Amino acid sequence: MSAGQVMTAADVAGELRDGMTIGIGGWGSRRKPMALVRAILRSALTDLTVVSYGGPDVGLLVAAGRVRRVVCGFVTLDSIPLEPHFRLGRQAGAIELTELDEGMLHWGLLAAAHRLPFLPIRAGLGSDVPRVNPQLRTVLSPYEDGEELIAMPALRLDAALIHLNRADPAGNGQYLGPDPYFDDLFCQAADRAFLSCEQLVDTASLLAAGPPQSLLVNRAMVDGVVEAPGGAHFTSCVPDYGRDEAFQAEYAASAASPQAWKGFSARYLDGDETGYQDAVRRFRDAATASP
Amino acid sequence: MTAEQATRAEICVLACAEAWRNDTKVLASPMGVIPALGARLARLTFAPDLLLSDGEAYLLAQDDGVVEGWLPFRSVFTMVAAGRRHVMMGAAQLDRYGNQNISCIGDWSRPRAQLLGVRGAPGNTINHPVSYWVPRHTPRVFVEAVDMVCGIGYDRAVAVGARFHELRVVVTNLAVLDFQTPDHAMRLRSVHPGVDVSDVAAATGFRLAVPAEVPVTRTPTPAELALIRDRLDTGGRRERELA
Repeated sequence: MSAGQVMTAADVAGELRDGMTIGIGGWGSRRKPMALVRAILRSALTDLTVVSYGGPDVGLLVAAGRVRRVVCGFVTLDSIPLEPHFRLGRQAGAIELTELDEGMLHWGLLAAAHRLPFLPIRAGLGSDVPRVNPQLRTVLSPYEDGEELIAMPALRLDAALIHLNRADPAGNGQYLGPDPYFDDLFCQAADRAFLSCEQLVDTASLLAAGPPQSLLVNRAMVDGVVEAPGGAHFTSCVPDYGRDEAFQAEYAASAASPQAWKGFSARYLDGDETGYQDAVRRFRDAATASP
Repeated sequence: MTAEQATRAEICVLACAEAWRNDTKVLASPMGVIPALGARLARLTFAPDLLLSDGEAYLLAQDDGVVEGWLPFRSVFTMVAAGRRHVMMGAAQLDRYGNQNISCIGDWSRPRAQLLGVRGAPGNTINHPVSYWVPRHTPRVFVEAVDMVCGIGYDRAVAVGARFHELRVVVTNLAVLDFQTPDHAMRLRSVHPGVDVSDVAAATGFRLAVPAEVPVTRTPTPAELALIRDRLDTGGRRERELA
């Protein structure tokens, strides 16, 4: 395999800057680029704006104090409906929020990907989304219907982070699960996109694993590839693995107190990625050992 | 089999199913155990054309797990915008015109309790039929004014000329409510067996429109009850949602 655009998770974090707007792929607690998020946690990056169909990616970055603003329609752990660290951050007034309807977020990314200033959408009209986003404007249809619509502004990203099942060294990426989420769109809306994958394979091997439509991103959309087995843990990355519910519960419990978070950080996040995976293995072993 | 034999949870499953009665080939999106059972019961009985997802990206044919289609989130958004969907959402707060809040409690800029966020509620309510499921009918849910309007009610819909807005029913552990009044204020449509009109009024934090005659919510037929108990929910998850 040629070196192509292959880099490490630490390299990706090194390409990012304080204050950047970072889009994170996946959905809720599903196929999140967690190894890349953990690399950010090991860096000194701060003051980030995070655009996400939010899950523990948002929660971890908020808990670690790296986030100035979250742009989202929700933050959830799916099986645990409310993301506890996002809740704490909001309730403490520690983060700013751009709260959008899920469809508006999609439309903002699509506008950015198409280099349009905005795209019209009905979602949001009449709700309090415009009240809490006073920057939002409406447009009137120039055609005879004359309908008033929200002009959803482009959500341009400085960088996008996504995690897929397979990729080649050039940055062609493949998802093998049931849903692409919006990972291709996050890449296309971003100035630079970084892709981590469960397994780096030869280009010729990609179509052995799945049909052509599973090739979600191509190398023109990607600026760096990281091989990160278990890189979505503890979120799901089917068919490679499902969500680690026991560990997710352990993560959620870390929001119980500042001491609990400190303990969780020390146990799982202060070391490198291998240290994280080892600590997760120890957690799993301990859980199986106890009655 | 008599009405007394159906539990409150089973009455609620059927009441949720009834929300989808006249729907044809639309995506039924239930949020919660009892609404999910209701949607599946509706498809097995009086609304056979409904589309149901597995909660991930597959459309399931009947309830045998056979996949009949692919519906990733991006396609759900298109079905929302196209109006080919009827969702039953939850509500942390709901007002008399059906404005719903699932985002946060308290002042939005620094909430007392951060909840889910607006999710798809603004887009759902302006694009296609929406119903609500409230497993605990209390004055804390049914309020004069919600803290953050996520799903829009009739007053907001009229103000912005939302031509595709339609709130069907609100199903709770006590009653079924709808908006079939001249100004689309919430109305008591039926009370579940064993519930008094005064119970519902006391559990509602605003003045509810109450017709002179309030019917009792329909109870499941023996065939419907058998489907709920022996096919859709053999593990009794419906009872735990009301516990």
